[in-house]
Parts: sequence; structure tokens; C-alpha cells
Amino acid sequence: MTVPALRLTDVHKSFGPTAVIMGVSLDVAAGSRHAIIGPNGAGKTTLFNLVSGRFPLSAGHIELHGRRIDGLAPHEITRRGLSRSFQVTSIFSRLSVFENVRCGLLWSRGYRYSFWHLLARERRLNDAAERLLADVNLESRRDLPAGLLSYAEQRALEIGITIAGGADTILLDEPTAGMSRSEADHAVALIRRITAGKTLVMVEHDMSVVFDLADVVTVLVYGEVIASGPPAEIRANRAVQDAYLGAEVA
Amino acid sequence: MSEGLVRAAGHTLVGEGVADRLRRQWPWLAALAVALIVPWLSFDWTTGRHSGFSVSMLSQMGIMIIFALSYNMQMGQAGLLSFGHAVFLGLGGYVTAHALNAARSGTLPVPLELTPLAGGLGGLAFAILLGYIATKQRATAFAMITLGIGELVTSCALMFQTFFGGEGGVSTNRMIGRSLVGVSYAAPIQVYYLIVVWTAMAVALMLLLTRTPLGRMANACRDNFERAQFVGYDPRMVRFVQFSLSGFFAGIAGALYTLTYEIVTYDTLSGAMSANALLMTYIGGVGVFAGPVIGAVLVVLLQSWVSLLSNSWLVYAGVLFILMVTFAPGGIGGLVMMHQPIWRARGLGRLAGPYLRLLVPGLLVAVGFVLVIELCSFLTIGAAQGKTFSLSRVTIEPRTPLPWAVAAVLLVGGGLWLRHAVAGFAAAWHAVVDRIKAAETRA
Repeated sequence: MTVPALRLTDVHKSFGPTAVIMGVSLDVAAGSRHAIIGPNGAGKTTLFNLVSGRFPLSAGHIELHGRRIDGLAPHEITRRGLSRSFQVTSIFSRLSVFENVRCGLLWSRGYRYSFWHLLARERRLNDAAERLLADVNLESRRDLPAGLLSYAEQRALEIGITIAGGADTILLDEPTAGMSRSEADHAVALIRRITAGKTLVMVEHDMSVVFDLADVVTVLVYGEVIASGPPAEIRANRAVQDAYLGAEVA
Repeated sequence: MSEGLVRAAGHTLVGEGVADRLRRQWPWLAALAVALIVPWLSFDWTTGRHSGFSVSMLSQMGIMIIFALSYNMQMGQAGLLSFGHAVFLGLGGYVTAHALNAARSGTLPVPLELTPLAGGLGGLAFAILLGYIATKQRATAFAMITLGIGELVTSCALMFQTFFGGEGGVSTNRMIGRSLVGVSYAAPIQVYYLIVVWTAMAVALMLLLTRTPLGRMANACRDNFERAQFVGYDPRMVRFVQFSLSGFFAGIAGALYTLTYEIVTYDTLSGAMSANALLMTYIGGVGVFAGPVIGAVLVVLLQSWVSLLSNSWLVYAGVLFILMVTFAPGGIGGLVMMHQPIWRARGLGRLAGPYLRLLVPGLLVAVGFVLVIELCSFLTIGAAQGKTFSLSRVTIEPRTPLPWAVAAVLLVGGGLWLRHAVAGFAAAWHAVVDRIKAAETRA
């Protein structure tokens, strides 16, 4: 039995008296594309915040490749190869698009807090940043302050920053939210391309995106997993249809 | 793609000669040339002496340029508003004073040219110590902690007599008789040139720092500290390292202060000195690297030159600060940068007329304002000092209604005219910007 990329064991989270996550256990196989779906307020984003270290757990534990990561700070979890994007675009708005991507690369390339390297002279770093910029189709926006990009472009940049560090486990929080159909199709193609060979966990509302992209779908309702399995199985699951999918799939 | 690669090559400085690099740095080289020449403009050829006043003012400019730039390493580059930055200037100054005294007594065999390094290391050491506490927080909490640290260190200065020398401060003598180039440093002009050298080095180092991984991540943490965590950086560590290095440069500024005045008192640590850093940096502009340099030069000019002419220089500094924060939050540096695209598109000529039309009412308002301030000042402080208010040979009597009426007319009339002119200027500005944008989209 291989060790899953990500394993959640009986994870609980409460904000004061309000329990948001109530005993979630979940295995994400290495190299799989795993979608988490569920109605608004089901706790999907909270789950991401727990896994990525943004919030502390109330109970339970989380392992990344068999090593405990709960209780670690976000930057420590990121350094172990887990990277995430945000539902509300989170970029460095006053830095240029190129600088944004380069910031994503710095730690993984071993620069740490260096004040003795001149960025302009780090040829391999800059080449990697240019390649990444090409990967997310933002070469033409290279020198623009990131805050001036269009919404869809900012989402693409967000994904670029997220994958920059070479993490093998990637959490994407609603990568296509607020996009038009064609923009979303574009984003799906992008995600498929750049997460090849990596483990992907995504929260997504758009069912066509979910069933198009995911190998495994987990349904989260009010802080509990009610079903988990291949997309076809989930689509056929009566409990899921009742709880969530409803008319959308039928 | 090819365009991207070409630009990437430009970034890595491939195939770029030394001459090209120097040409790109021409504003810095010009500033350095001016700094080297300026003391000779006030040289008195009959007595063969430099003007003490202008050499002292220029020395202070150099010191304040380093101080303001080191402040902006926190403020503009890392988004950290500090109210206690003078602590590192002052402590660097004290360490240097003790180092000089040790050097004179022979226990510390260093040449004078290198003593600013002692101040820098002193500033660094204290910044590591105090920064460890302050950088635990960011934003408002950080500002509050620095305020507390400023008060704490200032009160320590009066308690720990052996290091701080109490209210009298620590006096020293820069003529330690050991120099790398055989200069005695008896004359202020010699110290001035030492300051120029150290200022040039410090400015160059701080500029290079903005282009390192640390400098870039300081910007990133300023923009979005949470995102910085999720690319693997600990924002606290970024703040801490940046803060410490900023303390190093402030310490160098303090060392040069000690070399200039040969005494350090607790004023150098005080909140007023910290506020000075904020004032210079904001007036010059936090968003442009050279902004604080402009701010430092301007504020020192105000402080030393205007304070000779008027009791009210602080009022003018304060009003300038308020005007900048209100109408030009990017400071003078920001205003200059706004003109860069217009300059590149050769559209600056179109703005010359509108600027001239702005100048006349602007001057009227300024003169009216200065007149009101000076009339008030002569009614109160001036009267107490027994001074009379005179412009060239005309004596103005603040107790008569005429000067007040003139001031009121200038202020109100000029103000109305200025409002009208500003509207016209805004229209002209937008027309020029629109023209450039249209030209860009056509290209």
C-alpha cells in the first residue's frame, strides 16, 4: 500500500461554539486529481485553510507523504511541497507580473533571505520565471503591475505563483470562480497542463469543470464527507443528488 | 516569446558594457558631481576659507540622505511605519563616540575613515536586539512597538550615564591621528568629503539591496504578507532581516553625525529625530528609491536655511508635509515619476504653458501665506526678541492693518485664481495623457 500524498484523519475545526469541520477523514492518492464539492458553507475553504496551515486544527491530524504537517506554520508546510491558491485572488499587486512569478520561485531555488544575490544576475532563476510566465500565457503582461491585470489574468497569475515553487501537492480554491465559459475552459486546460504528474486537490463549484478534470470527487456537506469516489459513482449517488447536485446533474 | 527573451536578456545585463551601465546611472553620477563641487561655490577666495554654514549644511544633507533612505527600507519597501528609527541613528552615534575616544587613547587601532563602520555595526547590533521584539508584529502594532522602543531608549539615555553621558551627552574628538590617506580631519570640509564617500557607498548598497531576494520579498510582504507565507517565506523573518539592515545604515548616519559635531546627545535618539525621518521620506516620496534623497535635501535646506530667515520654519515644514500627504501622496519622487511617460513621449512641452499659468497664482498664495505667518510670528515671538520685520529696506509694522490687508488679498485673490488655474491645468494634463495613450494604442 503506497502512502497517500495527503491524508486527513478525523479532522475537526470549530470557531468558538460553531463546529465547521466535523471529523473529516480523507486520502488523496499521489498523482491524482481530487475535487472537493459541496454547497456553500460546507467548509471546503476551511478545509483548505486547515491543510495549508492558515488555521490551527481543533482535533485530528494531517499528513503529507506520511509526515505530520498539522501545527506547522504556512511557510513550513509550503516548504514541504504543498502549495495553495486562494479563492479571492491573492497576488503581490504592486509588483510586476514577472516579479510575482519570480517571488514564487525564490524559496524553492534556495535563495532564502539572501541579500547578497542580485536578482538580475541569476540567469537560471530568471529563465525559469520567463518559462513560467509563458506557461500561464502572461508573457505579454510581463512588466505590468499585477494589480492592473484583468480578473481572468489575475487568476492565471495566481495559479502561476502557486505552482512556481515546484510543489508536488497543489490546492486550488475555486480556480474558475467568476470566469466566463470560455475563460473557464481556458483555465481548465491550463490547470490540466501544469499539474500533470502532480497531486491536485481543488474546490470547485462548476460541475462541468469537476467532472472534466477530477479522478476522484469528495462531497462535503456541513463539515462532513457524505461521499467520495470516481466522478461517475458520485454522479449516480442518490444521497449526493439529494444533498447537493439536485437538478444540476439530472 | 522572442520579445520576452530580449527583455530577459536586458534584465540579466548580458552584453552590456560598463559605459552603458554608467550612462544609465547618470542622475546618481550627476548628484555625486554636484556634491563634490558645491562646497567650492561658497568658498571665500580672499580668506581662503570655506563657508562654515554651507559645509555644515551639506554635511547634514549627506547624513540625512543615509538616514532617510534607511528609514525607507522599512517604510516604503517593507511597509513598516516606524516611530523610533532615530534610536539606531543615535546609538550608532554613541558607539562611534566611544570608538573615537578609544582610538584616541590608543586601545582601538582604527583609522578615522573606518570609524563609521563601528557606528553601522552598533546600529546593526541594537536593531537585531530591538528588531527581534518589534518585528514580531506588523502594521499598527509594529508602529506602536517602535514608538515604545523610542521612548524606552530615550529614557535609558538619561539613566545609563556611563554609556550615554546623561544630559550632556558624550563628547569626542575626531582628530585621532590615524588616517588611511594622511588627512587630519581638523577642517569640516575634510569631514564633508568623508561623508560624501560614505553616503555614496551607503546609497549604492541600499540601492543594490532593493534588487536582492530579500529586497524583493520585503516588497512582497508589504503588498501581501499572507501570500508571502504561501510561497515559503516567513514574513516575520523578512521584516527582521530588513529591519536589522536598516539599523546598520542608520548607524552609519549616526557615526557621520558624531564625526561632524564631535558630540552626541540624547536628542539624536529622540522622537523628534524619528519624526524627521518620516517627514523627509514622505516629502521625498516612499515609492521611488531616490525619493528620500530629495526629501532629505529639501528638509535640511528648510531647517538650516529657512530657519536663518524665519522663526517659523517648522510651520513651513509642517504645511509642506500636509500638502504633500494630501495632494501628492507619492511625494516629490512620485510627482517626478508621473511625468516620466510624458517626458518619454516628448509631451512635456505641452505642459509648459499650463505650468506657467499655475506658477503665478501659486506664488501669490505662497507669498500671502508666508506674510500671514510672519506677521503672526513678529507679533508674538519677534516682538519678544525685539526684532523688526523688514523686506529689503522696507520695514513692515505688524500692528498696522495694511500688511494684513495685503496678505488677505493675496491669499483670497490668489486662492480663487489658483482654483481656476488648477482646473485648467487638470484639463491640459488629461489632454496630454489621452494623446499619449491614443498614440500608444495606435503603435
